Amino acid sequence: MNYPSLAVLAASGVLASLPASASDSDLKTLREEIAQMRQAYEQRIAAMEKRLAQAEAAPAVPAASGAGEGKASAFNPEIGLVLQGRAKKMKAVAERAVSGYWPAGHAHGDERGFSLEHSELILSASIDPDFRGAARLAVAGDGSVEVEEASVSTLGLGNGLSVRAGRFASEIGYQNAQHAHEWDFADASLMQKVLFGDEGYRQDGLQVKWVAPTDLFLQFGAEIGRGATFPGSNRNQNGVGATALFAKLGGDVGASHAWQAGFSFHHARSRNRETHFEDTNEVEAKGLFTGRSRTAIADFVWKWAPDGNAKERGIKLQTEFFRRTESGTFGCGGPVTSTDTTTCTDGVALGDLRTRQGGGYAQAVWQFMPRWRAGYRHDWLNKGAKSYAATAVFAVLDPGNQYFADYKPRRDSVMLDWSNSEFSRLRLQYARDRAMRGVADNQVTLQYIMSLGAHGAHRF
Amino acid sequence: MRTFAFMAVLLLSLPAHALEVFATVPEWAALASAIGGGKVNVFSATHALQDPHHVDARPSLIARARRADLVAATGAELEVGWLPVVLRESGNPRIQPGQPGHFEAAAHVRMLDVPTRLDRAEGDVHAAGNPHIQTDPRNFLKVGEALARRFAELDPANAAAYRSGFDDFARGWREALGRWEKQAAPLKGLPVVVQHKSWPYLLDWLGMKEVAALEPKPGVEPSAAHLSRLVESTKGARMVLRAACDNPRPAEWFSAKAGGGVPVAVLPFTVGGSEGAKDLFSLFDDTIRRLLEASR
Repeated sequence: MNYPSLAVLAASGVLASLPASASDSDLKTLREEIAQMRQAYEQRIAAMEKRLAQAEAAPAVPAASGAGEGKASAFNPEIGLVLQGRAKKMKAVAERAVSGYWPAGHAHGDERGFSLEHSELILSASIDPDFRGAARLAVAGDGSVEVEEASVSTLGLGNGLSVRAGRFASEIGYQNAQHAHEWDFADASLMQKVLFGDEGYRQDGLQVKWVAPTDLFLQFGAEIGRGATFPGSNRNQNGVGATALFAKLGGDVGASHAWQAGFSFHHARSRNRETHFEDTNEVEAKGLFTGRSRTAIADFVWKWAPDGNAKERGIKLQTEFFRRTESGTFGCGGPVTSTDTTTCTDGVALGDLRTRQGGGYAQAVWQFMPRWRAGYRHDWLNKGAKSYAATAVFAVLDPGNQYFADYKPRRDSVMLDWSNSEFSRLRLQYARDRAMRGVADNQVTLQYIMSLGAHGAHRF
Repeated sequence: MRTFAFMAVLLLSLPAHALEVFATVPEWAALASAIGGGKVNVFSATHALQDPHHVDARPSLIARARRADLVAATGAELEVGWLPVVLRESGNPRIQPGQPGHFEAAAHVRMLDVPTRLDRAEGDVHAAGNPHIQTDPRNFLKVGEALARRFAELDPANAAAYRSGFDDFARGWREALGRWEKQAAPLKGLPVVVQHKSWPYLLDWLGMKEVAALEPKPGVEPSAAHLSRLVESTKGARMVLRAACDNPRPAEWFSAKAGGGVPVAVLPFTVGGSEGAKDLFSLFDDTIRRLLEASR
């Protein structure tokens, strides 16, 4: 509506109703003007009505009713929440560990009975046309909040190049970059447990990736960072604490098969990396490792679905192998309980330590009908080679021969899961866990994984 | 100097590289080829037997997206599970959302089934509306016009070719539309059951009536109990529609339980979805033929 014309009309109406104080000729001119205005106004209304009728007859204007372009979600930023919980039946083992391997990172999944795993809050959005940001906050059952990821990535570098900075899951190996709710089993592989800890390797740093301009997928990546997490340690220094390099190769074979292979290398330095032991008096003691840790990982994933339609049926084969060498010096960091005054006193050097260990896992997941999947996983770790001053280390720190054992940890797991929709999953898992010497544990896990909000990504 | 001039002439006279088009689904790949002809090089990320929603961000897709000049997607969250990952991993700034190289068909048509209640208790609902816009052939005119404009924007040297490419397509398409609508006239008002909510645009175009969906909620597979109840409540339905990429069992089970009167019409859904659906024109020829067959 044209408001000024209305105002003029109203004003003229008031004028017209004024008592005839002006001369007749003036009044006549005024009336004529009003009549002209009214006529002009009526013409305009008629024109508008005609246009309105035309607009109504025409089909809806596409621009007004079409879906907006480039919207990943109705929300900005995209917000997602993953709820995860379980009930687990397993043996009560006081110091559960993987025999022959350092305990890496913090361990989840050692609680018996009902427990919350963690709830993950995911926020992400484009920052501007050139940057994107993402954050993942993990809220554990005990109320602690951990920043799993807080990173910014570039969208606009071009030539297949992208850069990410902040805290993020390293893309070494295959499973490492996956979050717990994307796993095909209720727990991490033994390999992941001993290499980087349940939650995988994450660090604060910088990542550069490049995709080659080829039909075959070929990607190279490099990461540098603080390296404060296992197998490195927080060394409080300028510069790079850990480096990771990876190359990935992948493609399709016909319409039904797709594959990806990767090779990764990780290097970290640590100073006084702590490990808990029990000394000869069965008192907890600290072992301190200072040196280098080098890890090489090879991974391979093969997916099959009839005609590439994984909605109905599909098979996913996945395997990873690793080899880690560590070399440096080992020392005793003093007893954890202050009452102890015997063997393991603070700062005692126990000599050089070199280890070379390897292992891996292989798993197959079969979606045999819509909503239902079954899977089997075999984990194995080799005893590897360890060279150290046996009398010093073994006698002082590890009389139970827990970490320096000649033992091959093994685990076999089978799982069955059911997904009501893409956003919900219930899982039953049975595992025969022989990761710890002298303990053969039959574990049963019942788990739920539920996602709310923004649609998660179907990564390969 | 002469050599330089010769080189310059040679360089200028070389054909510019064809526009690399990464289509998420076969229908936009077919449309892009129809409009762009030899000026475009088209790749389709999925084929007719794949559910375009349930695709992984496969390595091969990232490799193709790396080189693309234009991504032609449906939008409306159809590809939300995999396309954002492919785009981000590609390291290709040209095709990111918001750039001229990012085209979404759903932005150019009238959307149906726009939910009034955004809650996943309603199943996998799409905030922008039902994304299966390709089942109404009239949408190809609107999408095609916008796509031709986008081609011209990205490759101004061939703008005239894209314009005439679209005009030729549109002329043939309008003719075909008249033919299809005439053929499909007996289908008007027919009550049908659909397996997944894939067909609101087709039914809207042909004036058919959807009386129920086999999926209790979009994206949720029907249980046997749910199907049994449907058999009772949908008496009078004349056929069950399912797409070539849908699980055949629910529709067949329903059809068998409902007696002989409710045949299953397996529709191609997109180019390549049936033997007959070789291109966009034969896609609708075949769709109408199958509907008519099932309605007898």
